[in-house]
Amino acid sequence: MLMGLFNHWVVIALMMIGLYIVIAHGNLIKKIVGLTLFQTSVFIFYISMAKVNGGTAPILADDITQYSNPLPHVLILTAIVVGIATTALALSLVVRIKETYGSIEEENIQHQDNQSLEQSNSKKASTAPKDSKQENQA
Amino acid sequence: MDIVINISSGLCLFVGSFLCLCGGVGMLRFPDFYTRMHAAGVTDTLGSAMILIGLMIISTGFLVFIKLVMILLLGILIGPTTSHVLAKAALHNGLEPLLGHQEEADNKETTSSNP
Amino acid sequence: MINIVILTLLVVIAIAIIRMKDLFAVVMLLGIYGLLSASFFVAMDAVDVAFTEAAVGAGISTLLMLVVISMTGRREITTRHKPLSALLVVAITGFLLIYGTLDMPYFGAADAPIHGHVAPRYINDSMQEIGVPNIVTSVLASYRAFDTFGEVVVIFTAGIGVLALLSVARRPEDPEQITVINDSMHKQHLVIRIVVKILIPFILLFALYVQFHGDFGPGGGFQAGVIFAAAIILYTMLFGLSTARTVINQSFIRLTAAIGVLVYGSVGLATLLSGGNFFDYDVLVNDPIAGQHLGILFIELGVGCTVAAVMIIIFFSFAARREIQLNNKNKESSSC
Repeated sequence: MLMGLFNHWVVIALMMIGLYIVIAHGNLIKKIVGLTLFQTSVFIFYISMAKVNGGTAPILADDITQYSNPLPHVLILTAIVVGIATTALALSLVVRIKETYGSIEEENIQHQDNQSLEQSNSKKASTAPKDSKQENQA
Repeated sequence: MDIVINISSGLCLFVGSFLCLCGGVGMLRFPDFYTRMHAAGVTDTLGSAMILIGLMIISTGFLVFIKLVMILLLGILIGPTTSHVLAKAALHNGLEPLLGHQEEADNKETTSSNP
Repeated sequence: MINIVILTLLVVIAIAIIRMKDLFAVVMLLGIYGLLSASFFVAMDAVDVAFTEAAVGAGISTLLMLVVISMTGRREITTRHKPLSALLVVAITGFLLIYGTLDMPYFGAADAPIHGHVAPRYINDSMQEIGVPNIVTSVLASYRAFDTFGEVVVIFTAGIGVLALLSVARRPEDPEQITVINDSMHKQHLVIRIVVKILIPFILLFALYVQFHGDFGPGGGFQAGVIFAAAIILYTMLFGLSTARTVINQSFIRLTAAIGVLVYGSVGLATLLSGGNFFDYDVLVNDPIAGQHLGILFIELGVGCTVAAVMIIIFFSFAARREIQLNNKNKESSSC
């Protein structure tokens, strides 16, 4: 059973490593790397499911009787190129975040967001009593 | 004739794999960036060339042979260029090579690369 | 067996990626991970997929991440707290998934459910119905053409997204200044510029070969587009962004990306107007097999155009943004 299911267990290990990197690391680029790891492990899962013992690549030739399943190949081929396009979009978001916040560590970004939230709250609190005074005068 | 072809191809493949292994061991054991790059260059150029020549000897058709020749030419062109660019980038950014003389090695210990 | 060795190496690399703090080394390891996955795909007889993964995962992906790291910083700041809850979540999910795989069919079994239903029809009938030896191309371009249309539109949308986020309005540059910059850098990059000048025509030719040979061997529009973009990106990296902009017109590239999607869609429209279903190539010309060949040719062309153009757009946007950032930093440091 170990030999039969080895591929699947390694894929699960790679998936969990990718998930751990996304959850536990604060650097945004490290998170994107973890996401790429996760994505490629799913590709490995599909392709290892498509393999047939004794089969060859699904290109028709006269002297071959057994072919590997071509359907997962098709799905993963487009998935790889779509994956790089979405990774490029994520990286451009990271570039914009770095320009706005000055850092790509999640803690720094959260800290700056909380600070700006507190500042906007204190501004609202300081303008609210002025409005009530004007209402009392009017 | 068949056995000559098989043996020569096997010999080329064996030499090529041995050279790639040497390159790997060299990467781990050499003391300096530039010497390590030489080890990687051996893998790139001579190791892959021997493996490709071994495959060319037992290639099954003319088209396969030509494709392998083209891969070999490409590898021979790109391998040394890559090593050159790496070395140039390292030297340009201030990485000094580790030289052999004793007093110069002592002077350079403060500025040379760390493994 | 070879897949055990490759998979074990992949796990080792993944664990090394967790432990590294230097993002440059992490990106290099990710490139090695992509290349090892490509070798694994070859061992699994998935030659088309291996081709794409080698070009995309080990090539373009590493390059884009390196460009972004040069803009955002190279080291990762270590977190102070121990991520025990993350480890717990990951362990529980992992155990549940392993429990889920216990009754899956074994690796390589020929009687697994996945090999029934549609796959034997594709393998057996592909030669009579479509006449293309590469079954992956026939499934991608004819049987599942609608899926591929969606994928091409997704790639085009990602290109538009990157343009929306990163494009900068710039002044047209002085051509004399461009040649001055180019000549001053020429001596520094002499060897690699000469070698690349020899190589780029062959890379472009290879991209065209892969595009049109996709019917008979591994290849097709996706791989060809990525290889074409890689040649253009190589030229841009070595000769400077300004020179590349005069060689490759930006608006032409954007137009090409849109035209690729339009060609793909108009083939479907042509089949509708000729009386068949959407993407049913049999009705394009009198002979169904010739119609299939014509239809596959046109949509692979559309895919190749869009993928190449979008990859070039993405790289040019990142490089332009980086140039603006470096110019701003130089201005600040010279004014201070």
